[in-house]
Amino acid sequence: MSLSNADVKKIASLARLAMNDAEIASARSQLSGIFELIAEMQAVDTKGVVPMSHAQDVSQRLREDKITESSQRELFQTIAPQVESGLYLVPQVIE
Amino acid sequence: MQWEIIIGLEVHTQLSTNSKIFSGASTTYGAEPNTQADAVSIALPGVLPVLNKGAVERAIKFGLAIGANIASRSVFARKNYFYPDLPKGYQISQFDLPVVGQGELTIQVEPLSGNGKPYEKVVRVTRAHLEEDAGKSLHEDFRGMTGIDLNRAGTPLLEIVSEPDMRSAAEAVAYAKTLHSLVRWIGICDGNMQEGSFRCDVNVSVRRPGAPLGTRREIKNLNSFKFMQQAIDYEVQWQIDTLENGGKIQQATVLFDPEKGTTHAMRSKEEAHDYRYFPDPDLLPLDITPSMLAQARDTLPELPQAKRERYVTELGLTPYDASILTSSREMAEFFEAALAEAPDQRKICANWLIGDVSAQLNRDGLDIAQCPITPKQLGGMLKRISDGTISNAGAKEVFRVMWSESGEADAIIDAKGLRQVSDTGAIEKIVDEIIANNPTQVADYRGGKDKLFGFFVGLAMKASKGKANPAQLNEVLKRKLDNNK
Repeated sequence: MSLSNADVKKIASLARLAMNDAEIASARSQLSGIFELIAEMQAVDTKGVVPMSHAQDVSQRLREDKITESSQRELFQTIAPQVESGLYLVPQVIE
Repeated sequence: MQWEIIIGLEVHTQLSTNSKIFSGASTTYGAEPNTQADAVSIALPGVLPVLNKGAVERAIKFGLAIGANIASRSVFARKNYFYPDLPKGYQISQFDLPVVGQGELTIQVEPLSGNGKPYEKVVRVTRAHLEEDAGKSLHEDFRGMTGIDLNRAGTPLLEIVSEPDMRSAAEAVAYAKTLHSLVRWIGICDGNMQEGSFRCDVNVSVRRPGAPLGTRREIKNLNSFKFMQQAIDYEVQWQIDTLENGGKIQQATVLFDPEKGTTHAMRSKEEAHDYRYFPDPDLLPLDITPSMLAQARDTLPELPQAKRERYVTELGLTPYDASILTSSREMAEFFEAALAEAPDQRKICANWLIGDVSAQLNRDGLDIAQCPITPKQLGGMLKRISDGTISNAGAKEVFRVMWSESGEADAIIDAKGLRQVSDTGAIEKIVDEIIANNPTQVADYRGGKDKLFGFFVGLAMKASKGKANPAQLNEVLKRKLDNNK
């Protein structure tokens, strides 16, 4: 499968990336290379093999339901561009 | 021509854990903004999610309660979208391998209008999956900016998805209410709808009977049963009107405006959502072992449906009474504790709870958990009704005093002199006096005016200050009056 420029633009837009034409061309060739690799893997007969959901064959460890964190709001908010009344402020996103 | 209404629900229940689903931050409602937003909740680079055992246990309990298959292995996935209340850029959810598979819920439907009779229906639950909640956006008061509070981000949710099995607003509301009662019953969610602990999305479509499914519109974020009913009624009528006027329904997400009582479509995005789900590499597959299942099963209380059936078969209550007494776990526990005091008074205990207790709770705006009378107090009173110490009138007085002033039934009976007179000698004396003092009425009665019997009962009750045992009084009166008929 090879990608079109439009495919790359759509992926870039979903990922919130601004790309110029040269970047699109280069990303297109790199992404197409990845898809070729995937196509090669998909050609392998996997009948009867359970799909893998993680690279390691171990299962999730669980945490006890305990509160272990206390507020670090002041510290965290020192790196926020804008805060007010304890809230992080961002450009308006109302629909 | 008829239209058939098709409804399916997606319900987000906030699980009642102490800490968040993937971190040790508190989930307490109403804290100062961002004081419960730890490094994981605000998605600082390099943090990793660690799954909360309490959230998994609650999901398992729910699955067992609806008779669903619990996946021995389930997988967390990333649902990608950009919104500032979701700072990672994706929500951790479950996609093709959810923790709870297909189950079912039996609902009791009370038709909302007309003379329809209540009926029972089984609604299939498609699946239930674990996911994290997002934060909150505040759009006002920030001069064109949006304020973000991430305290809620990472709160564990169980999203419960039904099949499109409901055919009316009444059925949808009955399903939502049954689910609401169940999650509280098994202790996995506090059910507080004002605080958003139980939020419903309702998918509605209409079709001609037998036709393929119509296009659905999804009413988002309903947080009251009343709004749910209003929103569905309005939406159904709107869809029918649109179709009958030759229009087409576009798939859309709509919001309900409680003030206008209408639904309106949210502005559609230029491109449809493309969530690009994929397994979250930060989380390993969740294995649920037989021992975890057994543990959840052991901590599960008797379920409402089983209790309802047992109340009918074992206690001989009507299905209606049984259904009201099992409407919440608090109600059922109150009933059982009161009944333990007077085990032979099943019907009377049910009547008091469904009648006087519920009516008084309603008047005072309380629920059964806040009832000023304890089950032991009510049971103590039932015991005295049962052994004939007090009449029904006396019981009402005992109940009134217990409610407004507290105290045990026995003490109130003594203090207020409510003990029923069951002494035949005393009752005969009263009756003799009445017969002697009312010769005209006695003659009329004996002459055939049967209706006068009530007159004598009234006089005798009054003379006994309401304390005469009514059955005995009737018996003595009848015997003495009819003697010389």
